[in-house]
Amino acid sequence: MENIQSPVASSASAVAQSNRAPIQAVLLQLRAFIALLILFGFFAVYSDSFLQTNNLIILTKQVAINAILGIGMTYVILTGGIDLSVGSIVGLCGIIAGGLINEGLVLSVFGVVVYFSIWIVMGLTIICGMLVGMVNGILVTRFSVAPFIATLGTLYIARGLALLRNSGATFPNLVGDPELGNTGFPKLGSGDLLGLPYSIWIMVVLAIIGTFIAMKTPFGRQIYAIGGNERAARLSGVRVKQVTMLAYVISGFCAAIVGLIITSQLVSAHPATGESFELNAIAAVVLGGTSLSGGRGTIGGTIIGAFVIGVLSNGMIIEGVSSFWQTVIKGVVIILAVMIDQFQQRLQKRNAR
Amino acid sequence: MDEIILRAEKVQKIYPGTVALKDVDFNIYQGKVNVLVGENGAGKSTLMKILAGVEQVSSGKLILNGKEIAPKSPREAEALGIGIIYQELNLFPNLSVSENIFIAHEVTTGGALVNHREQDRQTAGLLKRLEQPIKPRTIVANLRIGQQQIIEIAKSLARNTKILIMDEPTSALSNAEVEVLFRVIRELKTQGVSIVYISHKLEELLQIGDYVTVLRDGHLIATAPMREINLRWIVENMVGRGSAAAYTPAPHEIQQETLRVDNLTLPHPGKAQGYLLDHVSFSLRAGEILGIYGLMGAGRTELFETLMGLYPHAEGEILLHGEPLKSKSISERIRAGMMLIPEDRQREGLVQTLSVAHNMLLASLRNHLFSRLVLSGRKEKASVNQHIQELSIKVSNRNNPIGSLSGGNQQKVVVAKALLTSPKVLLMDEPTRGIDVGAKEEIFTIMVQLAQRGLGVLFVSTELKEVLAMADRILVMSKGRITAEIPRAEATEEALVAASAIGHELEKAGV
Repeated sequence: MENIQSPVASSASAVAQSNRAPIQAVLLQLRAFIALLILFGFFAVYSDSFLQTNNLIILTKQVAINAILGIGMTYVILTGGIDLSVGSIVGLCGIIAGGLINEGLVLSVFGVVVYFSIWIVMGLTIICGMLVGMVNGILVTRFSVAPFIATLGTLYIARGLALLRNSGATFPNLVGDPELGNTGFPKLGSGDLLGLPYSIWIMVVLAIIGTFIAMKTPFGRQIYAIGGNERAARLSGVRVKQVTMLAYVISGFCAAIVGLIITSQLVSAHPATGESFELNAIAAVVLGGTSLSGGRGTIGGTIIGAFVIGVLSNGMIIEGVSSFWQTVIKGVVIILAVMIDQFQQRLQKRNAR
Repeated sequence: MDEIILRAEKVQKIYPGTVALKDVDFNIYQGKVNVLVGENGAGKSTLMKILAGVEQVSSGKLILNGKEIAPKSPREAEALGIGIIYQELNLFPNLSVSENIFIAHEVTTGGALVNHREQDRQTAGLLKRLEQPIKPRTIVANLRIGQQQIIEIAKSLARNTKILIMDEPTSALSNAEVEVLFRVIRELKTQGVSIVYISHKLEELLQIGDYVTVLRDGHLIATAPMREINLRWIVENMVGRGSAAAYTPAPHEIQQETLRVDNLTLPHPGKAQGYLLDHVSFSLRAGEILGIYGLMGAGRTELFETLMGLYPHAEGEILLHGEPLKSKSISERIRAGMMLIPEDRQREGLVQTLSVAHNMLLASLRNHLFSRLVLSGRKEKASVNQHIQELSIKVSNRNNPIGSLSGGNQQKVVVAKALLTSPKVLLMDEPTRGIDVGAKEEIFTIMVQLAQRGLGVLFVSTELKEVLAMADRILVMSKGRITAEIPRAEATEEALVAASAIGHELEKAGV
């Protein structure tokens, strides 16, 4: 808001000034990356086991979960919204996949039970995640419910549905049955390619596609425009409702992927999976420099943000820091990140003058 | 001779690049309605803000009851007895009348607890003084706009205001509410309150004003007691006699009809009767520059927004190149060849978080595709560079933030954005608002070039001289209707002003 109303005076000299950006501004812009390097260096020096390949893979596997959620979350936050429902979508999608594998789809009308192959199970699960995202999108765009409230509602609804599906019980041992042709689900969580688990590859692929969409497609450009100034975007012919809706659908898609990965890693579907994941995802987005008021931020930043959180907690675990202190430190880091962000914005404004 | 309570002497206000006020003297007479008139940009609001402590003088002085004052903030001005009521009311709709009146000046017991009973008692007293049957505990959101205005006045009175500045106080009021307001103003006068009254509605000024001061281009033009002058005197002083337009547009050939609007009607939201657009019909030819003149609230912006499809419930027919425009979506209208350059550049024209290039391309992304879903960096770069050059936009790097440009160059980016959609008809709402003289001329030149290229250019301005200089033909709007259509050769300032006041005269007769 402040941005929009501030009268922008400038001259040729001001333009020149912002071109040779002062070194401090550059450092500020790369702050998340620099923080990551410092943390990484710190734990590499002070801990013997931190740099072991095994630990780095475990670390990245954890980061992948948060990063994938963060990619979807970045789109939503870029529009100026927020998606609190992703953690619940993770749980709901896990339960849906688990149920389809262990119990199949009961079509009581025909008196039959249909078991799908693993690929179709995963496809249906992803569609369910996107549907929840679509509900979020419809609430926000068609019914003008504030994103915070709309997704808070679906947070409860999706979690409730996940608990209802199997009366709060877990679907265990999701290995499938060769006779039903639905084996192979655990591979998603345990398999690897070139020594790296699938989940890491999925994160890399989604990050690349996500960045490409944000930078090189009309949809991506319009996401930034909506978050920056919705009315100006609308008057420029941007279909604000459709574009915003799509951001929530993408977030639902990412959450569904995470639901599948975690369920597969555990080889069982638990309805409480994913609780408070949304907060970690938001933290990663914010640490990565995306503004909660929308319009500014990158997917790459979010990935770095997810790594900052991952390295911090992994390193602290290795160092034996009490888990209570870990929570406190995470909070401090998030607040610091936003304070630095505000500082950078003020600096930028001053340089633009 | 009436007594002067506040006198502004040789007041100057200089902003970077412009002189908003130059050696202006202004007297506020005790217990009178002191009217301030002038076109947009004449310096009325600047003077008003100086009196209210929002802005400070660059030179000159303010003398209150013989003592020089220099209020540094609205709060200081308030302490001196100077209050201001802005056009947009500053009330808290969620709070009660008495809470609003005493906001930040709460009556407390023991310095901590709000004494609601005492506040309500005082509020009741104020409202009685203003002869308003409003209960102190009423939530402000439940009051009509006119009543809210009265609450603003009560708020000022509660702070012991001796001089009350009112900026366009009637712009949102119904006729009956205006009558109530005028009664209140007369009542305040008898109680010794001095009023500074700013309005575009000239008829209104004749009714309520005691002294009138005319500003033009930051200069004091004339000042006189109202009983010695008439409407004609005000208009002549406002627009200036014999001032030739500085800009002469190059010749451009006017061709066949490109846009035809038939009976475009937009009902007033939330009102049973009354229209924002009242059966508006006109036509625009390719290569023609059609100017629309009208006062604030005449329906100019609504006309443009309706043409763009912002109001789905509008009725009437719009034909572009003979084809009726059916779809109400903005993107369809843009694709059909209509494009708007909005009045408020910051709020509606630009996305502040995007770069110069990305702002410019925002409306025409579909013309810059590499494949169906992917943008072509090469095409984008070519378009942006071409338009930076053609419109001579001063920017060292197209990826610079839009905020690093001057107002004029920002406006050129908005124009470039519109041109990139290959429009047939360009709607320009106050295209020169808030930019300096040099940039204004550049925008005029661009408008003429576009007309020469065969575009239909429709532009709105509240500045008479601008309309007279630029337009091939002028439509005057008042109260949502087109009240005059005047070809360039026959257009005079007086004719435009007269036509722009047409609905307002009727209103007065009807009361």
